[in-house]
Amino acid sequence: MVKPAAREPNVAPATEEIWGWLHEVPDPEIPVVSVVDLGIVRDVRWADGTLVVTITPTYSGCPATQAIEAAIRAALEAHGIESLRLETRLAPPWTTDWLSERGREALRAYGIAPPACRAIDVSRISRRVREPAVSCPRCGSARTVRVSQFGSTPCKAHYRCEACLEPFDYFKPH
Amino acid sequence: MAATDPRFEYLLHLGDNCLVLGQRLAALCGHGPALEENIAITNVALDLIGQARLWLTYAGEVEGRGRDEDKLAFLRDGHEFRNCLLVEQPNGNYAETIARQFYFDTWHYFALNALSRSTDARIADIAAKSLKEVRYHLERSSDWVVRLGDGTEESHRKMQAALDWLWSYTGELFEASAVDAALVAEGVAFAPASIRGDWLAHVEEILEEATLALPTGTWMQCGGREGRHSEHLGYLLAEMQFLQRAYPGAQW
Repeated sequence: MVKPAAREPNVAPATEEIWGWLHEVPDPEIPVVSVVDLGIVRDVRWADGTLVVTITPTYSGCPATQAIEAAIRAALEAHGIESLRLETRLAPPWTTDWLSERGREALRAYGIAPPACRAIDVSRISRRVREPAVSCPRCGSARTVRVSQFGSTPCKAHYRCEACLEPFDYFKPH
Repeated sequence: MAATDPRFEYLLHLGDNCLVLGQRLAALCGHGPALEENIAITNVALDLIGQARLWLTYAGEVEGRGRDEDKLAFLRDGHEFRNCLLVEQPNGNYAETIARQFYFDTWHYFALNALSRSTDARIADIAAKSLKEVRYHLERSSDWVVRLGDGTEESHRKMQAALDWLWSYTGELFEASAVDAALVAEGVAFAPASIRGDWLAHVEEILEEATLALPTGTWMQCGGREGRHSEHLGYLLAEMQFLQRAYPGAQW
C-alpha cells in the first residue's frame, strides 16, 4: 500500500492507483468482495483538482448503498484525497454481469453461490424458462433446490443442497 | 407562480404506488405466514421503497419548490396522494395480500417496460432499473397465485375470493388521468389503456394454470389519481407519517 506521505506534494495520484485503493474497500454485507469486484464503482476521474468517483446502486432499496458511500469516502480520505465528489449513476442499471472473476470465486469460497447465468432478460416474462443448475458452494453438488427467490439480502436467493443438506445463499442473476 | 409541470403529478403517481404498497408490506415484517415469506415480503417492500425514493426525489426536483423525497412522503395529506386504490387496500388474509400483489406486479411490470422507453431520460433510467427488480416480484406473486389456486380446497376458495374482491380496483389502472394526454403526446408517459391487453393476457394465463376463474365484475372503483381515496389510506398515513408530524424535522 502506498502511504500518502511517500508521494510528492501537489501531485495527484493516477486513477490506476485509485482503482487499486478502491479494490480494497469491502462490501459492507459481503466483506470478502470489494466494491470494485461487485461492479459498484463505474468511473474514477479527476475534474479540476477534485476526484470524482461514480458509483451505481445494486438494488434500489439496498440499505448497504449509504454504507458503501461512507466506506469509499473514508478509504480515499485515508489515502490523502482531500477533494472528493461521489456521483450516482443509474443507467445502465447494475447487473451481476459486472461481477469480476475474482469476485465470483471469493463469493464461492465464502459460501455464496455466484450467478449461474448471465443477467435476466427483462423484456419478457420468462415463467417457463428453467433456471440453470446452481452448484452448492460447499460440496460442489448440482443437486440443489431453491427454497425462496428472496434471501437474506435483496441480491440473494435462498437454496438448499440435497447432497450435503446445507442451506446456502445464491447471488441471483440480475 | 408558473404552472406546475405535469410530470410532477405523474411522478407522484409512480412514486406513491411504490411508497404505499411498500408501507403495506413492511407492516407484515415479523408477521409473514412462514419465515421464507416473511423475508420475501420485506425484500419486496425494500425494493418498492427504494423505487419510491427515486421517483419522489425526481418529483420534488420537477416541482422546484424545495420539497425532497422525505417532505413529499411524510408531509402530504391523503388527498394529495396519487397512488391507485389497489395498493392502499389492507393486507387482509394471505390470499388477499397475494392477489393485490399479483394484480399490481403485473401492471407494474408492463408499465415500467413502457416507461423504460420514455423520452424523459431520467424516467427511462429509473424504470429500467426498477424493471429488473419487479420481474422478480411478478415471478413470486404469480407463483403464489398458482400455488394457492391449485392447492387445497380451502386455499383455492380463498384465492378466488381475494381475486374477486380486489378486481374492482383494477379498472383505474388503465384509465387516463388529466395529465396523461400531454405527457403521452410528448412520449414521456404511456397511454394507460395501451398495456391492458398485456396485463390481461398474463393474468389469464396464470389464473388458468391456477385453476381459477377470471373475475367477471364490470363495475370499477376509481379516483386514486385524483386524490379520492378509500378510508384505508388515512390510517396508513397516520402511522407512516406520525414521527415527522409529531416531531417535525426529526432525524435518526
